[in-house]
Amino acid sequence: MMAEFGLAALWLAAALAGLQLIAGSLALTSRGQGLAGMVRPVAVVQGALALVAFVVLVVLFCQTDLSVKLVAMNSHSAKPLIYKLAGAWGNHEGSMLLWVTVMGLAGGFVALVEKRLPEPTMLATLAGQAFVSLGFYAFLLVSSNPFERLDPPAAEGQGLNPLLQDMGLAFHPPTLYLGYVGLSVAFSFAIGALITREVGPAFARAMRPWVMGAWIFLTIGITAGSYWAYYELGWGGWWFWDPVENASLMPWLAATALLHSASVLASRNALRAWTVMLGVVAFSMSMVGTFLVRSGILTSVHAFAVDPERGTFILALLAINIGGALTLFALRAATVTEGERFALVSREGALVFNNVMLSAILGIVLFGTLYPLVAEAMGAKVSVGPPYFNPMSAIFFVPMLIVLAVGPLLRWRRDSFARVRLGLLLPALLVVAVAIGLAIVANVGVLPFLGLALAAGLAVASLLPLRGRRLTRTPLAVWGMVVAHFGVAVALFGMASESAFSVEKLVAARVGDTTQAGPWQVKLERIDPVAGPNWTALEAKMTARYGQGAPVEVHPQSRFFWAPPQQTTESALVTRWNGQLYAVLGEEAGGGRWQLRLWWKPFVTFIWYGGLLIALGGLLALLGRTASDIRRFVARGKIAERRMEQGR
Amino acid sequence: MKRIVLILAMLLAFPAFAQDSLPPAPYAYRQLDDPEQEAKAQELMETLRCLKCQSQSIADSDAPMAGDMRSQVRMRIAAGEEPAAIRAWLVERYGDYVSYAPRVTSLTWPLFAVPLFLVTLAAVLLRRRFARASK
Repeated sequence: MMAEFGLAALWLAAALAGLQLIAGSLALTSRGQGLAGMVRPVAVVQGALALVAFVVLVVLFCQTDLSVKLVAMNSHSAKPLIYKLAGAWGNHEGSMLLWVTVMGLAGGFVALVEKRLPEPTMLATLAGQAFVSLGFYAFLLVSSNPFERLDPPAAEGQGLNPLLQDMGLAFHPPTLYLGYVGLSVAFSFAIGALITREVGPAFARAMRPWVMGAWIFLTIGITAGSYWAYYELGWGGWWFWDPVENASLMPWLAATALLHSASVLASRNALRAWTVMLGVVAFSMSMVGTFLVRSGILTSVHAFAVDPERGTFILALLAINIGGALTLFALRAATVTEGERFALVSREGALVFNNVMLSAILGIVLFGTLYPLVAEAMGAKVSVGPPYFNPMSAIFFVPMLIVLAVGPLLRWRRDSFARVRLGLLLPALLVVAVAIGLAIVANVGVLPFLGLALAAGLAVASLLPLRGRRLTRTPLAVWGMVVAHFGVAVALFGMASESAFSVEKLVAARVGDTTQAGPWQVKLERIDPVAGPNWTALEAKMTARYGQGAPVEVHPQSRFFWAPPQQTTESALVTRWNGQLYAVLGEEAGGGRWQLRLWWKPFVTFIWYGGLLIALGGLLALLGRTASDIRRFVARGKIAERRMEQGR
Repeated sequence: MKRIVLILAMLLAFPAFAQDSLPPAPYAYRQLDDPEQEAKAQELMETLRCLKCQSQSIADSDAPMAGDMRSQVRMRIAAGEEPAAIRAWLVERYGDYVSYAPRVTSLTWPLFAVPLFLVTLAAVLLRRRFARASK
């Protein structure tokens, strides 16, 4: 019964999305204006019904209802509750249901609260949102029904990939999806503004919180995903330019550019066409990412769906949405004027420069990710990996970092370098000092070298916008900018340091042996068998000493899951302020020896601290903007009230 | 001379490992003694694809084939071969797919043309934008 109830809710939500699209479109014409009143309520109910369907699926997973095919395929009665929950969205159908649910809720929320835009623009926006949703509803109902029954019910579920049975991964996909779907709202706003030719500051202000929110979730999602890959895959790597990683990076790059250009549009009424374009591109990248991951076109660790039918469906959705949006953009491009002008040396000028750089990096990542597929279609297999992406993106990343240090110090519209030159002396000197120091002391590669030097300069330069301000009276949005830019420096430092100074030790150790890895002395004490709820493992008991410090216990495991049968390594980490010791227990090497892999990674944690700082900066800016939006909203309400009273 | 001794030692050592049921290649999980050579090998291994895995380099994989390839790379580096030569040898054996560093060929030139194009495009865009603005 339960599953049928969920399916019915899903069909109803889809029908309401259709209604929302039709009513919203007709209401824009002169004859259909009577329909305008129903669009917002329909959007709210549509979101609520999608939520009902999703909750039903979660309940089915909690109960491990094995008469539902999706549950039988992806769950197991012996799995801990949290992973039963995560199982609901840790598969293709469930994750697409999560997608439409978040999209429906976001649309409903916009319909409820957004009152600043002209009503026709809102109607067009909600119609656009319904159009995109409808495609995904069709996808779910036609080719990926999550509520399909299994007759007869399975005796036991097939379990969840052990690699995915991890807290980090339970919440990683939903975080990214919140980001992707937040960008769908920005996309709808862009469509709405294009249709009604209302591309201006009001549009940017309405769109900005959604871009901000989406960007925060994407930042957290990518940071968490990178940390997950780092500790779960057991080889100490944190980013591999894997197509699936790139799929999440591309929307982030576009959203970063969009975020900045929307700010310019909101406060300076400049960059109109560019902002709309980025709004379209950002969500397009989300869909491209979803297509890459969901279609199974690239088979990699994360891509657990292999089914060409679905791929074709998503590809069609992609073509319709992106093609439609670009056509609309082309039709309206003549009427969307550029907006206010500004000089090269100005805050806007710096932002434009960095937007172009971000877009170029996006172009490289997109092309490098797709090219192996193109080559395969032409009959040759090539690999494109870090040796390509690192230097190619650095071509644009390095100038961007330099402008990032200068830009926030410049005034709007027109400024001169002479005015900010003095302030930038300190960071510039720091870059030179670090560069000279590194050249003398250490032998590091070109990119880590540049990374370390630039990170030092940027760390100081990013704080300069606070100079001369009363810190307690500095707006939250400025704090947000400073924190996020400082986060870039922190993350960059972590990446460069990990790449330049990591120490790796592979040994076949006997019990009692001590191994030196960088400043650590690691002693293998014992190997014990241990058991968990759905696995057994061999666990190494090791003690690690940093220099002459007190010994710390380290317990890496080699785990054997039985449902489905698979072996994984559970790395063990010792975190210090200045880096991490990373220990992995490998196979038995014969003669009572065990393979141990040890890494000392100086300041590696700064990569993720930096990522979190960037997200925190976004959050501060979002809070600051929202607070002032609410104040303005309340003030406007009061003025309106007073007018009403005076009118009487 | 040292190299020959090393290779001989490896050959002699091999039967000893072979007594295990599934002998991993000698240098699959063993580093070279010379840290400089090991660093060279490591750098190369990170840019070679594990053919039996999904999106992993041979430096990041527990697959036996990746272990064999690591061992090959380390032994060849120890024997004094240049990383570029080892990469070329592997590409000849397994095809371009094995190397994460694409070469410029009739098939892959767009990979290198696109960044060049993007640089030009960025320069033109910025120039046009600000040439107009400064008028």
